[in-house]
Amino acid sequence: MGATLRNIGWIITLAAGALFTLILSAMGQDAPFRIQMGLVTAVLALGAIILMRRPDNPVRILAQGEAEGYFDSPIRVGSVLTVFWAIIGMTVGVVIALQLAWPELNFGPYFNFGRLRPLHTSGVIFAFGGTALITTSFYVVQRTSRARLISDGLAWFVFWGYQLFLLLAATGYILGITEGREYAEPEWYTDLWLTIVWVAYLVLFLGTIIKRKEPHIYVANWFYLAFIVTIAMLHVVNNLSVPVSLLGSKSYSVFSGVQDALTQWWYGHNAVGFFLTAGFLGMMYYFMPKQAGRPVYSYRLSIIHFWALIFLYIWAGPHHLHYTALPDWAQTLGMVFSIMLWMPSWGGMINGLMTLRGAWDKMRTDPILRMMVLAVAFYGMSTFEGPVMSIKAVNALSHYTDWTIGHVHSGALGWVGMISFAAVYFLVPRLWARTQIYSLRMINWHFWLATSGIVVYAAVMWVSGITQGLMWREYDEQGFLVYSFAETVAALHPYYIARVFGGALYLAGAIVMAVNIWMTIAGKIRKEKPIATAVTLQPAE
Amino acid sequence: MGLLDKHGVIERNATLLLALSLVVVSIGGIVEIAPLFYFQNTIEKVDGMRPYTPLELAGRNIYVREGCYVCHSQMIRPFRDETERYGHYSLAAESMYDHPFQWGSKRTGPDLARVGARYSDAWHVEHLSNPQSVVPESIMPKYGFLAQTELDTTLIAADLKANAMVGVPYTEDAITNAKADLMAQATPDADTSGLMGRYPKTVARDFDGNPGTVTEMDALVAYLQMLGTLVDFSTYDAKANYR
Repeated sequence: MGATLRNIGWIITLAAGALFTLILSAMGQDAPFRIQMGLVTAVLALGAIILMRRPDNPVRILAQGEAEGYFDSPIRVGSVLTVFWAIIGMTVGVVIALQLAWPELNFGPYFNFGRLRPLHTSGVIFAFGGTALITTSFYVVQRTSRARLISDGLAWFVFWGYQLFLLLAATGYILGITEGREYAEPEWYTDLWLTIVWVAYLVLFLGTIIKRKEPHIYVANWFYLAFIVTIAMLHVVNNLSVPVSLLGSKSYSVFSGVQDALTQWWYGHNAVGFFLTAGFLGMMYYFMPKQAGRPVYSYRLSIIHFWALIFLYIWAGPHHLHYTALPDWAQTLGMVFSIMLWMPSWGGMINGLMTLRGAWDKMRTDPILRMMVLAVAFYGMSTFEGPVMSIKAVNALSHYTDWTIGHVHSGALGWVGMISFAAVYFLVPRLWARTQIYSLRMINWHFWLATSGIVVYAAVMWVSGITQGLMWREYDEQGFLVYSFAETVAALHPYYIARVFGGALYLAGAIVMAVNIWMTIAGKIRKEKPIATAVTLQPAE
Repeated sequence: MGLLDKHGVIERNATLLLALSLVVVSIGGIVEIAPLFYFQNTIEKVDGMRPYTPLELAGRNIYVREGCYVCHSQMIRPFRDETERYGHYSLAAESMYDHPFQWGSKRTGPDLARVGARYSDAWHVEHLSNPQSVVPESIMPKYGFLAQTELDTTLIAADLKANAMVGVPYTEDAITNAKADLMAQATPDADTSGLMGRYPKTVARDFDGNPGTVTEMDALVAYLQMLGTLVDFSTYDAKANYR
């Protein structure tokens, strides 16, 4: 009975929530809204039942974290879910890549490209990336503050609340519930729910920092904190909308046309800047020095690049709107700040790479560290490519083409994906008190599958994007356009097939990872030859 | 480096770190976005813009629902090849009633900002139902189910009302008559005098080749057929509107 009594508050809350959403479902004005509320009812009821049936003395894992008083249970669940969402998000990515190569693979209305594409982008950014961020931030803030999260209950609320947001967003896309603004597609009630969860996240994170036992706030936490607070600001402002009915799924943005466009890309670019960059830099600043066994290269560089990065990023949004009906002054501001942004971005890259000074030899034997180095290298590559593409003359060619898609993927697969994978490989043995990962060689396989996948993907998209951009603007001697639009689509077919191959390689790496993580948690160790025992080069006799 | 040494103060105070971060990240957005609401020249002066008719709005909502913006832009840039391919470059005024904007970011398919009145209704219905039958190279999914789905009009007045709340100039009259206007636009030989009075230059006819029912196909085609047709470019003064 002990467990039931301890959770009685949660059980009542979940049951009340289920009843509330059941009523909403019954009163809903449109079918997708009724379906979603019914789904939430089922999830909340299931949660209540699981809590009621939980054994009195659940099996406790006694890892180092628990011994030191940290709260690691949500981090364990989060590590597993990070891998789960990676596979889901990337599988949908491969599916929609196949649809672009072979349109017969669209199955409308629910599985047409237009509905699955947001499922892929949100699945990778918010489900995989977001779960990785929340999970690692819980781990990092406790270790670097030497303090337990301020409240176990609040931590679980943030964790599962965010997963509920993901469920609503994902099922919404399939059902055609969307605000129609990229990376901010979820409708008003899903947005409201995320706002509540996010404020709780801020309270939890900030509260834990405040009760730290270390005098200084560690640099990783500056980045996590900036990520949390800026995402709160962006999310709230960009999603201001008026619902058609409080019992319906549809709403209209309070902004229109040009103002809506800039607000959206102020949000959209900083989803990149703060969700996909600042948060993951927080990850880099903790896990990379840990894995390398070296302190961060430069404390002063971290101060300068932190403040410069968060100040400059916010201005870069208008580069998504070059040559549109956005006034020129705003476009120019966006371009100038995007180019300046190159410097703090490379400040971060240098600080990460130089952390390995004196430890470069570990690259040969430690595939996790190699993954981190590759992540930072791709971070440097895409934060150079980005400013180049923000130059109006370049953007005139690259905009609306696959070049942009390639750029996003070198950042997302190369930087975000690799640093998250490395963090999970770091975390899992420690969280489950295993002496080592199941197989280092499988990490090596993952590394090479992922790396070759990114290289194929990015290279193919460069060629495809530049090809199409040039074909659109090609004139013959008489001054007529040479190609119809349809001809430029046909020209991309081979690249779209090659892109599927690149994506599939990357996905295969993630599947190898899933097996490795599963076996590690199961406590197995693979019998294998150690990686690259020091090879001594000797001159020929 | 005296200044950087003082950074220790911020590193020891979480609330201060939070507050300063929030201030630093607020500046860019305020400087870039806020003026767009106040500078008079942000939206060009044009003749001809009007809010969407209820049927067009319903069609636009289907456009949004199906994620058409994922592959189609509605923003023609002022380049020779684009204006020759698609027509006059897009003006901010042309999306002034768009909540949300649908400018798009990727052209997997062509720009649609001025697709209105370029093709016949029958072409659109055939193209949406089976894109490859009219454009063999097309990689667009099939949207034939729209023709089989009756348009849900229960909330159309509420749709207009919500738009009015966010600034679209729908009158009380327009909101009261929303359902009637919607039906009138898609039904052959209906009395369209009220509709035409409220929404000048509206095209009313059966759009999907199935006069008996108002389907989602009717709404979507009505929307596509009006895209880019409202502004009168014979009276547009590009120099006066230079920003």
